[in-house]
Amino acid sequence: MFGFIGSRLLQAIPVLLVVGFIAFALFEYVGDPVSILLPQDHTEAQRLELIQQLGLDQPFFIQYGRFLWTALHGNFGNSYRVAQPVASLIAERLPATLELAITASVLAFAIGVPMGVYTGIHRNAVLSRLMMIVSLIGVSLPTFLLGILLILGFSVGLGWLPSFGRGPVVHIGTWWTTGFTSWAGIRSLILPAITLGMFQMTLIMRLVRAEMLEVLRTDYIKFARARGLTNRSINFGHALKNTLVPVITIIGLQFGGIVAFSLVTETVFQWPGMGLLLVQSVAVADIPVMSAYLLLIALVFVLINLIVDLLYYAVDPRLRARR
Amino acid sequence: MLARAWDSDLAHNFRTSPVALASAALALILIVAAAFAPWIAPHDPTDVASLSLMDSFKPPLGMAGAEWSNPFGTDNQGRDVLSAIMFGMRISLLVGFLSVLFAIVVGVAIGLLAGYAGGIIDTLLMRVADVQLTFPSILTALLTDGVITAALPRTMREGLQIYVIIFAIGISLWPNFARTVRGSTLVERNKDYVMAARVIGVPSWRIMLSHVLPNVIGPVMVIGTLGLGLAIIAEATLSFLGVGLPPTQPSLGTLIRFGNDFLFSGQWWVTVFPGLTLILMVLAINLLGDWLRDALNPRLR
Repeated sequence: MFGFIGSRLLQAIPVLLVVGFIAFALFEYVGDPVSILLPQDHTEAQRLELIQQLGLDQPFFIQYGRFLWTALHGNFGNSYRVAQPVASLIAERLPATLELAITASVLAFAIGVPMGVYTGIHRNAVLSRLMMIVSLIGVSLPTFLLGILLILGFSVGLGWLPSFGRGPVVHIGTWWTTGFTSWAGIRSLILPAITLGMFQMTLIMRLVRAEMLEVLRTDYIKFARARGLTNRSINFGHALKNTLVPVITIIGLQFGGIVAFSLVTETVFQWPGMGLLLVQSVAVADIPVMSAYLLLIALVFVLINLIVDLLYYAVDPRLRARR
Repeated sequence: MLARAWDSDLAHNFRTSPVALASAALALILIVAAAFAPWIAPHDPTDVASLSLMDSFKPPLGMAGAEWSNPFGTDNQGRDVLSAIMFGMRISLLVGFLSVLFAIVVGVAIGLLAGYAGGIIDTLLMRVADVQLTFPSILTALLTDGVITAALPRTMREGLQIYVIIFAIGISLWPNFARTVRGSTLVERNKDYVMAARVIGVPSWRIMLSHVLPNVIGPVMVIGTLGLGLAIIAEATLSFLGVGLPPTQPSLGTLIRFGNDFLFSGQWWVTVFPGLTLILMVLAINLLGDWLRDALNPRLR
């Protein structure tokens, strides 16, 4: 068990190093931060002073080493756009993104799994066909368009839910902020969470359905029926349990997708999270923010993959027995 | 040749599948409308001189004050929304097709090489594909786009932006093709005809291109069709985020972004009609892709 975790961690290190190198290469060679930061009517002395300030006059390896060292300490330099430390910019916005992403995932799981089970069991029912059509639209509907249509319906048309921002937030501890404490904050979360979770929900539903169809055909299910077990215990106790391994993989891998896709949702709803920060940074080529985001996302993916591997152990006893 | 194509299993399956026929018809209508936009569109949205602010925010048909000359209404500058959509589709489809083509060329080449060469080359290439696959494609496209744009001199950005987008989206899609082609190549490599070709001294590149390639291209068609839907969505998303094509070449995504500003003042048609067009386009392509996948996979019949 511990050896397994260790080997997975060892595999993750090269990935992080490669991503770190890409992030540094971006940092080092792309764009011309000096010309972005300087005012139009700068003097040569101002230019040289800025180059020295940013450390751009140092040799390659010194800059690379310094980049890694400072990155390890959570320091990614200053944003070119707003001249604040990147780390604090991201830390400020991380809670907003995580709250949104987790709510969306929970929503997608809580709705997607029952829908998948239903459509898998009642393959030809009218409701199943309806759900399949809805899921196809969910896959074909670009995230940003879904957000716009939801705003049009529920904010502009009906006036029920707010269309932008997080609502009032409360500080917890030194840097975490939450919108869960007030009704207005929760209301602000509804539309963005649906927008973000829709694609994952349809994906989970289709996957659970496909897996259920496979499993229900197997001999042990037929045997369970012959023994006269109730449909309920066959469908949920025997069939659903065996569909969970691929579902967990997808949900785990998709959580990364949700964090990434939150940049689209956050732009539509002006949600003050990391994704919005990234989009604003890409638009003006703010390299320090882009490279820090890249590293952070890589770290998140590595962690998620590890958690997914561990969950396999919990769900699939065969894996435990083999080792 | 044509008769044989007509009688093939695939064509027969196509003729008898209502979903395939309907989605193909829809896709065809949209493609024709886009391709012939300069000749059949009611107005020319690129002709700024013909625009008049007097015509701004005309509602679509069915609402008070609508006119037949602007069936989907007009935007804030008096531009005909239907014509803007037709011209926008041209750009969306063009970028979509070229990105997928780029992804196919890169992906198939790498997949063939990895599958046929094996060993360290295979491990290395597939490792790269795996790492990239863990990143969502929209993120790859966004970061690639941001990096290249930052690297280009400012004066060249606008002119090259369309190629940057095609490259960024293509790069985000290639691993799907590479992995599929590699898998099929591994199977084909050990078959007798490849062995025979090798024995009579056909060079490796020739075996890959003229013997193995035709036998692994089937699944590529399926992923390519579904990839086209993804590429069109990716382009629209990037343009919506404001990091895609310049406003002088408005694609469907750009139109939606512009229209989004008028959502709260009641002019919903400026953004909803381009949005619906985008949904229909992607839906038609996805349905075709799904049908093709099922038709080529006998296990599912």
